[in-house]
Amino acid sequence: MTTQAQSQVVLQEAAMGNLSHQSKRRRGRRFTPAGGRTSFTLFLCILPFLVLAFLFSYLPLYGWIYTLYDYKPALGLAGSEFVGLQWFQMLVGSPAQMAQIGQVLVNTLAISFLGIATSVLPLAFAIFLNEVRAPWFRSSVQTLTALPNFISWVLVYMIAFSLFSSSGLVNDVLMDAGLVTAPLKFLDTDQNVWLTMTLWSIWKGLGWGAIIYLAAIAGVDQSLYESARIDGAGRFQTMWYITVPQLMPTYLVLLLLSIANILNNGMEQYYVFQNAFNKEYIQVLDLYVYNVGMTGNNLSLATVIGMLKSIISVALLLTVNAVSKRVRGESIV
Amino acid sequence: MTTTQTLLTATPVPAPPPRPTVGDVLFRIANYALFLLFALICAYPFYYLIINSVSANDVSALGDVRLWPIGFHLSNYEQVFQLPGLPIATAVSIGRTVIGTVLTVLASAFLGFMFTQTRMWGRKFWYRFLIITMYFSAGLIPVFIIMKTLGLTNNFWVYVLPFIVQPFNIILAKTYVESMPRELQEAAEMDGANIVQVFFRVYLPNMTPILATIAIFSAVTQWNSFQDTLIYITDQSLYTLQYLLYMFINQASSLAQAAQDAGGNLGQIAGEATTQTPTSIRMTVSVLVVLPIIFVYPLFQRFFVKGIMLGAVKG
Repeated sequence: MTTQAQSQVVLQEAAMGNLSHQSKRRRGRRFTPAGGRTSFTLFLCILPFLVLAFLFSYLPLYGWIYTLYDYKPALGLAGSEFVGLQWFQMLVGSPAQMAQIGQVLVNTLAISFLGIATSVLPLAFAIFLNEVRAPWFRSSVQTLTALPNFISWVLVYMIAFSLFSSSGLVNDVLMDAGLVTAPLKFLDTDQNVWLTMTLWSIWKGLGWGAIIYLAAIAGVDQSLYESARIDGAGRFQTMWYITVPQLMPTYLVLLLLSIANILNNGMEQYYVFQNAFNKEYIQVLDLYVYNVGMTGNNLSLATVIGMLKSIISVALLLTVNAVSKRVRGESIV
Repeated sequence: MTTTQTLLTATPVPAPPPRPTVGDVLFRIANYALFLLFALICAYPFYYLIINSVSANDVSALGDVRLWPIGFHLSNYEQVFQLPGLPIATAVSIGRTVIGTVLTVLASAFLGFMFTQTRMWGRKFWYRFLIITMYFSAGLIPVFIIMKTLGLTNNFWVYVLPFIVQPFNIILAKTYVESMPRELQEAAEMDGANIVQVFFRVYLPNMTPILATIAIFSAVTQWNSFQDTLIYITDQSLYTLQYLLYMFINQASSLAQAAQDAGGNLGQIAGEATTQTPTSIRMTVSVLVVLPIIFVYPLFQRFFVKGIMLGAVKG
């Protein structure tokens, strides 16, 4: 249910591509079963699950009404004061608040853009791994590099801590070698936070991200390569003129989705890595909503920010989808 | 390739492979070296945690265990379970992973199957009703307030219930059922089976590949989940291993205290090398957290790679 899990699901669904087309097969054949189930009984079978989806996905939308109140959990909605658009005004009214929101937006966009800029890495990873001939080497690389994807951000932070804290392995090795005299502060610093966060994302996601492209490469028609070789194409030419164009549709779908998700970085990674030193540059929107709402106890203001974020995200998704329909003739959602 | 070549040249000696150019050789070396380096960067941290958790604690606290274990011992694993909360957290983590995975897999398979039933009342509408939830979210705070209203804060079921209906899993299962012959159902219903029997007796046993894919993703999500404990749980008896690990990283001083308390129980037998330090506790708990995944992951890799292949390779 985390944003990350959701966005991964969205990514995967996009990669599935024309699901809606597939589902149109095998319809039309109707028959009356001997068991004599009516269509409404069938509906009753799935009703409990529809209720779950309603409770956890639709009912919370009603909570957007808290944006109009000064919501105090102890008093409930009835006891809370109705304040109209006060929170929206507050968001843009005070220069301090504006500056903070501005910084949070800059962080969010910077980290997202770095993510988009490095989204070609899994593609390159897959293309170059495909050039490796030894099967055992290929599968070992694939297994080892995909492993970090399956651990939690807490464990990633634990690893970062044991390797990069002031008493961690890296500083130990550097000091032993006499390269530095005092431990470098890799974690407790506001310098290069966006970059280090991107590097950790790459460490965690690169090998896994490449699997989808490796699958796509496996599906490329081999006769394309053969005819290219007959035409005298070298290694790099087949990579550039055959593999890359064949992977472009998959890449574009994932790229468009990451543009639609530009405001959704998730909060777990940034939550575990945040500390007093890097807080200013690590707070992305999702983490900010948590910090304002859960730590700062301003539920209404956090709801306002979360609501605006959700609306913009859905709008972005619809826009990107429309662009994809026009340009590529294929919708992504 | 080689077989066709031998056939064509019709000689027992295979044709010599085309001589690689200098550029080819350089490319190959660089390519292998880069992948070797990246694989090492991915794997070494796990290895580092493991060798440190079984090394002499006074050496590992200094950061001197780098390539292989020094002063091998396993008492960290015995002692760490005497830390307050750790056995319970392990039970909670295992519990949510098992219960959550079973329910998610069953629900996904069932819903995937049910949405192929063209006779269902409002089928298309309800399918969209579920799928559309992938694309919007009310946001953290409204969801939190609903959970609180439903009495799910400080409740084990908050770990399970929100994960049961997963649109993406339902799509996967539905696509899979659609690839199965419809006659299976017709035959079973001729024999008088009702819809639930058709599902459990006929379809479910034949859906193993897709169920395995859903199960591994669900299990990994459940085992790794951290955010829900952070947001919904204050009751210590419902903490998960992930949450405990996070607290262990951030509470160095109280951790040392806990280590001394735990060490006090074993005071007589614990020497310098086996006395718990914050470092040894962190490393050991990390290994406990990561071990199930390291074991399960290679076993199931085939399944989910195939699951992804199903989606990525069109036609």
